[in-house]
Amino acid sequence: MQDLGIRVLFMGNNFIRLLGGLWITIKISLISVVLSIVLGILLGLLMTLKNPVTKAVTKVYLEFIRIMPQLVLLFLVYFGATKAFGIQLSGQVSAVIVFTLWGTAEMGDLVRGALISIPKHQYESGAALGLESSQIYRYIIIPQTLRRLIPLAINLTTRMIKTTSLIVLIGVVEVLKIAQQIIEANRYTVPDSALWIYGAVFFLYFLACWPISLLASKLEKKWKN
Amino acid sequence: MEKSEKLLEVHHLRKDYGNGPVLKDISLDVHKGEVLVLIGPSGCGKSTFLRCLNGLESIQAGEILLDGHVISGEKTKWSEVRQKIGMVFQSYELFPHMTVLDNILLGPTKVQKRKRPEAIEEAEKLLERVGLLDKKDVYPRQLSGGQKQRVAIVRALIMKPEIMLFDEVTAALDPEMVREVLDVMLELARGGSTMVIVTHEMQFARAVADQVVFLDGGEIVEMNAPEEFFGCPKTDRAQKFLNTFTFEKEDEKAE
Amino acid sequence: MGKYAHLYVDAAKLTLLLGVAGILISLIIGLVCALIQYYRAPVLKRIVSVYIELSRNTPLLVQLFFLYFGLPKIGIMISSEGCAVIGLSFLGGSYMAEAFRSGLEAIEKSQMESGLAIGLTHAQVMRHVIFPQALSISVPVLCANVIFLIKETSVFSAVALADLMYVAKDLIGLYYQTDEALLMLVIAYLILLLPISFVAAWLERRLRYAGFGN
Repeated sequence: MQDLGIRVLFMGNNFIRLLGGLWITIKISLISVVLSIVLGILLGLLMTLKNPVTKAVTKVYLEFIRIMPQLVLLFLVYFGATKAFGIQLSGQVSAVIVFTLWGTAEMGDLVRGALISIPKHQYESGAALGLESSQIYRYIIIPQTLRRLIPLAINLTTRMIKTTSLIVLIGVVEVLKIAQQIIEANRYTVPDSALWIYGAVFFLYFLACWPISLLASKLEKKWKN
Repeated sequence: MEKSEKLLEVHHLRKDYGNGPVLKDISLDVHKGEVLVLIGPSGCGKSTFLRCLNGLESIQAGEILLDGHVISGEKTKWSEVRQKIGMVFQSYELFPHMTVLDNILLGPTKVQKRKRPEAIEEAEKLLERVGLLDKKDVYPRQLSGGQKQRVAIVRALIMKPEIMLFDEVTAALDPEMVREVLDVMLELARGGSTMVIVTHEMQFARAVADQVVFLDGGEIVEMNAPEEFFGCPKTDRAQKFLNTFTFEKEDEKAE
Repeated sequence: MGKYAHLYVDAAKLTLLLGVAGILISLIIGLVCALIQYYRAPVLKRIVSVYIELSRNTPLLVQLFFLYFGLPKIGIMISSEGCAVIGLSFLGGSYMAEAFRSGLEAIEKSQMESGLAIGLTHAQVMRHVIFPQALSISVPVLCANVIFLIKETSVFSAVALADLMYVAKDLIGLYYQTDEALLMLVIAYLILLLPISFVAAWLERRLRYAGFGN
């Protein structure tokens, strides 16, 4: 019985199909991460401005996005946009929109944190060496900011991949959906396939996220001092 | 001074972290009411030696006796022994989440199970003695380094220890605060407390010590009365060490 | 609009109940794991780090699918509620462990020594000196974890639990009440999460022991 169960993974192109599903998840995550990093840097810079209006607006945006479960945001965009604007967004597009909105908030906060954590005397000691403002940024501030930011941005990627698992709940065909299909298709021949297939999905996610997490913590340690 | 009874005895102590001995074959006695000052270059093992005395470091050979009882054995109840051996650290190590008074009361109430009102009374008396009674309800971070260190001394004193260990207690202090701490220690010495002091303050060492021990490379190079040790040390190594020190002092003056 | 409010109230109660249960268990798991790591207990330390990596690098949804649909195939039947609490605890435990661990590690070893030096036993030093300080350092992360875990409960509908998402989806699917359903959904989560968020911010300020730790 047991070896029968695990066999379903390698029957036909089942495993390849699972990997294909995982790729959809990862693709959506990567697109969202890249957009989030770009927009997040802009948001982070915007948040360091002293302008009360931008301060208030960005704060409300940040707080709302961060307090809402991502699944709620997905529902809002996927179901709400259709109703509100009469446009039918696909699950994948909704996902990219939501995860970019969310990632931008997270990234923006990280960027702001990294920027304000550079001590003022770093600017001053740069100036004392006779560097110009642009040189101070280029050689002193930006490299230090990046060192704080890069591990956090990489971490955001694993969080993004994990969160993207939610898209199955708005009907996107990704790894969990394909898992369900495989289990359905084999429900009479391999009745215990659910254990093996969902177990495999669990480890596929792990294998996708774990190396990225390791990289992030390595870099963080390396750049700590 | 005529030797009174031995309070602390160390026989052939060896300390090894696994890559060669840090302390080799150290033997010395501390008599009741005696002030022993340990000096020596950084890394000579003097702080490690102090930490061996109250079991913060294990020892690999030799034995330590307090009041004639071996305390370096496997079965030592350190929490009992440590009530008799007070210790003050270089970095104060007050508990930052407690007020000054609570810092001082932790030992008497939790270890010795003394009644709180009685302990408070004594704590206040001791704080008064070191001039900090008005600070009893503040948190450590609101104190200067010198004040913190005086509180740390009170925290150790309230346990009524038989012997006090001082581990470079002024090394982290701003120069103008060194005096207030050393004065407290001098007063304790005059009051007949038994003390083992690790310090870099040579003038203080000379003033407070009954016995100076010069450690270098993990062994006792010279043990002598302070007048002789600082006047004309018997060994070259001690002489050299003292010379470096004077040079450093000259250097400081030149600045 | 009020017509469906009671559905949301019931769902919110369920979410809160399961969430609180999961969070409490997470705290226990987290504390135990953090202590194992703190004391570097052999073997156990390894197990804990494998658990933490597995838990932190997989989505709750997948964990739930495995528990709810996978395990029954080898005879382990767990109710929806059971799966939800187990899944949330499995996920939360590692996050709480990291929070406690970072708190414990932030306390200098010399604090332990100075506690020992006045005659406290190891356990007494942990209780009176190390834990209070470590906890006050951990509080911000612990609070963030609580909010994170309550948010994560939103996937419970996937294992057939009638939680807030489930109700919203029902109303959208069956009655086409999209606007109402979504609005109520957002309001429900705000009512659940905003108070926690405020309490967290307040706690964080308070627990800093009159500014200790800055």
